[in-house]
Amino acid sequence: MAVAFSGQTARKSFWRRNQQSLTPWLFLAPGMFMFAIYVVWPIFESFWLSFYDWDGLGQKVWLGWENYVELFDDDAFYTSLYNNVLWLVLYLLAVPAGLGIAIFLNQNVLGIRLYKSLFFFPFVISQVVVGLMFSWFYAPNFGLFYNLVEWITGSGIAILADPDLVTYGIIAAGLWPQIAYCMILYLTGLNNVSPDQVEAARLDGAKGLKMLWYVILPQLRPATFIAVVVTVIGALRSFDLVSIMTDGGPFGSSRVLSFYMFEQALSEYGYRMGYGAAIAVILFLIMMVFISGFIWKMIRDEKEGY
Amino acid sequence: MFPRPIEQSSPAARLAYKVALPAALFLWLLPLLGVAMTSIRPASDLAAGNYFGWPSAVALSNYADVFQNSPIGQYILNSFKATIPTVIGAVALSTMTGFALGIYKFRSNLPIFFLFVAGNFVPFQILMVPVRDLTVNFGLYNTTTGLVLFHIAFQTGFCTLFMRNFIRALPRELIEAARVDGVAEWRIYWFVVLPLMRPAIAALSVLIFTFIWNDYFWATVLTTSAETQPVTAGLYSLNGQWIAAWQLVSAGSIVAALPPVAMFFLMQRHFIAGLTLGAVK
Repeated sequence: MAVAFSGQTARKSFWRRNQQSLTPWLFLAPGMFMFAIYVVWPIFESFWLSFYDWDGLGQKVWLGWENYVELFDDDAFYTSLYNNVLWLVLYLLAVPAGLGIAIFLNQNVLGIRLYKSLFFFPFVISQVVVGLMFSWFYAPNFGLFYNLVEWITGSGIAILADPDLVTYGIIAAGLWPQIAYCMILYLTGLNNVSPDQVEAARLDGAKGLKMLWYVILPQLRPATFIAVVVTVIGALRSFDLVSIMTDGGPFGSSRVLSFYMFEQALSEYGYRMGYGAAIAVILFLIMMVFISGFIWKMIRDEKEGY
Repeated sequence: MFPRPIEQSSPAARLAYKVALPAALFLWLLPLLGVAMTSIRPASDLAAGNYFGWPSAVALSNYADVFQNSPIGQYILNSFKATIPTVIGAVALSTMTGFALGIYKFRSNLPIFFLFVAGNFVPFQILMVPVRDLTVNFGLYNTTTGLVLFHIAFQTGFCTLFMRNFIRALPRELIEAARVDGVAEWRIYWFVVLPLMRPAIAALSVLIFTFIWNDYFWATVLTTSAETQPVTAGLYSLNGQWIAAWQLVSAGSIVAALPPVAMFFLMQRHFIAGLTLGAVK
């Protein structure tokens, strides 16, 4: 009895003593376990796989750098890379466009809440549905856009069938929900702009663009940061729209890296997992440049916050 | 307030704004309106070239057609089966990770936090081959469970970022007071912190519901048959079958878009709070 009792206090006091330092690890364990298995480890595995020739089932054959050598001599890879750059640059237009709409909607008139929600609407819809909507919009002969162009210039353009224009058409479709996203970030940001500063600047005679540039935008910096982050990531991740609208065509001219990787690794053209992994590694490295920039800024803010 | 409130402007400007608002909205939602109109257009209208005019009749039969002659009902069910467990799993895990990272000070706190944040930004493609392989090896390829497990793991990154920031903003005195009273740490989590996290849980649930419902990439990578495919992947294959039957494609698209849209309008406050709270902080 006495022994059991003292044993219990010893155990209890061990837990008591270390409760504060052990608890966080117990709480982290399930989440970290899942994250390690499904996210962290696969990143390393992809790097490793990119040095092999593998069809997903059979033996893996060591190739060394051969996948990369082939990649740097692959026209389709350069088309995809070029399109990704195009995506990145044009997709960033969503940030100023979102700001523009947010400023336009930042009023207190009757029914403005409903207007804001309806403007935000495209972001809630699946990209697959957005893609189908724009396919219909662009469709030759009867699409609204086709007819509009025909009405203005006399002859319509089948955007999605034109190798030179197809990527622009898809990016426009992608901009639609992305602008909505940036808009909502800026609307919240505008809500938090200090009225005193605006009033003070007004008394000093600032207005219009000057006011926007020198007084409002600095206060919107957190919103701008997030808008840029989500837009850059969205541009590099773009896959859904390409897949649904053109399947990479015509003649592979609308491929982006994420789509080309999928095509190589998993499509009817064959299961080239190693080659696909090599493309993914390149995409990852491009993304890494941005991710480290973002993380570096977030860590800096975090340290200042302490 | 910026820009200057419109009430302070001239009557002409006010009138112009009143006209501009609905006009801009109409242009903005044009693709959506077009598809909505097409979805209730009888097939004969399209055959006769009536693409933009008023539909000659309201053909709700397109919707009936979509449900009767395609597995879209099954696809939608599959979407719910993948989405709801993911929401529960990811939110549950991240209240725990968020609690650990938001309350406790230990040396690896920040590195672990940023590991979650960074994982969240990673391009999916780098995960694709290994995750697919893993799922095949677990015997979960082409099952909803396989899809759900991956989604939970991946979303835990974003959810942790969100929850941790939310918990950091809670008044610390509450936790200190509970500790002084000798309350066990897990009880602090369960009885003190969790009740305060209700708004964050609501916001995150709505957001994750939308993300997962709209996921297309993982749906195509991890599922292949009509019995398991969510509606996004299903629409892709239906689109292949319904070539040129735009009234069906449109009706199918609207049906697939409805659940997240309904969610958004019902839980709007939480949704916006979620998007901006996780972000603008």
